Amino acid sequence: MHPIRRKRLTIVLFLLAGIAVAVGLTTYALRQNINLFYDPSQIAAGEAPLDVRIRAGGMVEEGSVLRDSESLKVEFKVTDFNSSVLVEYTGILPDLFAEGQGVVAMGRMTDNGRFVADQVLAKHDENYMPPEVAEALERASAAKHKAGDSSSADTAY
Amino acid sequence: MWQFFHKLGSPKWFFGIANRLMPWLLWGGAVLLLAGLVWGLAFAPKDYLQGNSYRIIFIHVPSAFLAQSVYIMMAVAAVVTLVWRMKLADVFVKAAAPVGAVLTFLALFTGAVWGKPTWGTWWIWDARLTSMLILLFLYFGVIALGAAISDEKSSARAVAVLVLVGVVNIPIIKYSVEWWNTLHQPATFKLTEKPSMPIEMWLPLLLSVLGLYLIFGWFACLRMQTEILTRERRTRWVKELVQAEGN
Amino acid sequence: MAFDSLTAFIVMEGHGPYVWTCYGVFFLLLGALVYWSLLQRRRVVSAQRRDLARAAAGQSAAPRAAVGASFNRVHESQD
Repeated sequence: MHPIRRKRLTIVLFLLAGIAVAVGLTTYALRQNINLFYDPSQIAAGEAPLDVRIRAGGMVEEGSVLRDSESLKVEFKVTDFNSSVLVEYTGILPDLFAEGQGVVAMGRMTDNGRFVADQVLAKHDENYMPPEVAEALERASAAKHKAGDSSSADTAY
Repeated sequence: MWQFFHKLGSPKWFFGIANRLMPWLLWGGAVLLLAGLVWGLAFAPKDYLQGNSYRIIFIHVPSAFLAQSVYIMMAVAAVVTLVWRMKLADVFVKAAAPVGAVLTFLALFTGAVWGKPTWGTWWIWDARLTSMLILLFLYFGVIALGAAISDEKSSARAVAVLVLVGVVNIPIIKYSVEWWNTLHQPATFKLTEKPSMPIEMWLPLLLSVLGLYLIFGWFACLRMQTEILTRERRTRWVKELVQAEGN
Repeated sequence: MAFDSLTAFIVMEGHGPYVWTCYGVFFLLLGALVYWSLLQRRRVVSAQRRDLARAAAGQSAAPRAAVGASFNRVHESQD
């Protein structure tokens, strides 16, 4: 390679490395602000400010959804399997909202440790599968549980 | 090897190669893309959770994938422009930028339309969506800067520097879903790992990504030829070619 | 087919408007880009043909030497 071209290539590489370091440091410094939401462990550890509009995200805990029979009010627990936060919300939930699904709720923490949300968004994962496969998986895991619970090995299916 | 590299820099040589490649790129790309999309729209099974709205993935992922690939190719061309001063590299950057901008817009648009029924919102300022919006503005910046400077050489260098500065955004887009909490899910379509969908959903996705790649190749060839015809209009071979093309 | 009928295919269990909007905009924009790129190409060629025709008519007596150049390398100072 021509020595001048080599010099230019070195300059270009240094330029790139410099920008990468600068941007890397900036995003590292801003990482708290770039995070879209706090997870329940962070909230339990007191990292989330009180009475400021924040987002909380995690899984809807199985069996924790309580719907009010007269209004659209709903209560559920959001968990990251270490801690959980009680969320209160009044309004229409997205289609994908379900127990065991990921959600991101926007709202405020109150003093009594409840999270009052004014918007709930569904977060889904990167896995896609046909309904039949999902059903089969569920049946398989249910069968395994059943086999584990009862001593009799003969299962109906 | 270097000889080939320098030959590649010859506009006339490239013009001939592009002419031979273009029908294959266009028709191959169209067939693959249409096959992938028809398969994805009508024959692939629906998703157990999202139902049919997930079918948007067959255009969302190819657009987003290409939008980033095109930028990476432009960055490689920018290094060639700065180090070797090869004109053809700058021709590629100028020709590809509008295509990249359209693909980025498509990725953002289809993402928004998909986000409404699944997440419950059109737009959210999470790291993935925001960095993708920055990519769109980078493309606009490259197009505008290239058009603003009339001197060919200064324009080539300025655009190359801008493209290189912007390339740090690419790893941010890619890893945003892993580095930070985002509403956007991690990648389904991965180059190195097993995809997180069954084969009857994954194959149509692969077909449409490949098809769109070829179609981008066609766009790049066509637009580069146009750019070469403009820049080299005073050379004899272009004059002869223009006259032959009209007949 | 993942759908029982054409209607089911279009409605997509209520997600039809979202899916079809995306596919529509995708093809619309790609088609516009194809049209625009071809149009640009045609304009450049026809503009140059006009220039060449004008030049040929203007200097039929004394044709100037065509600019010949080799493009195998970019000849330029390496500073």
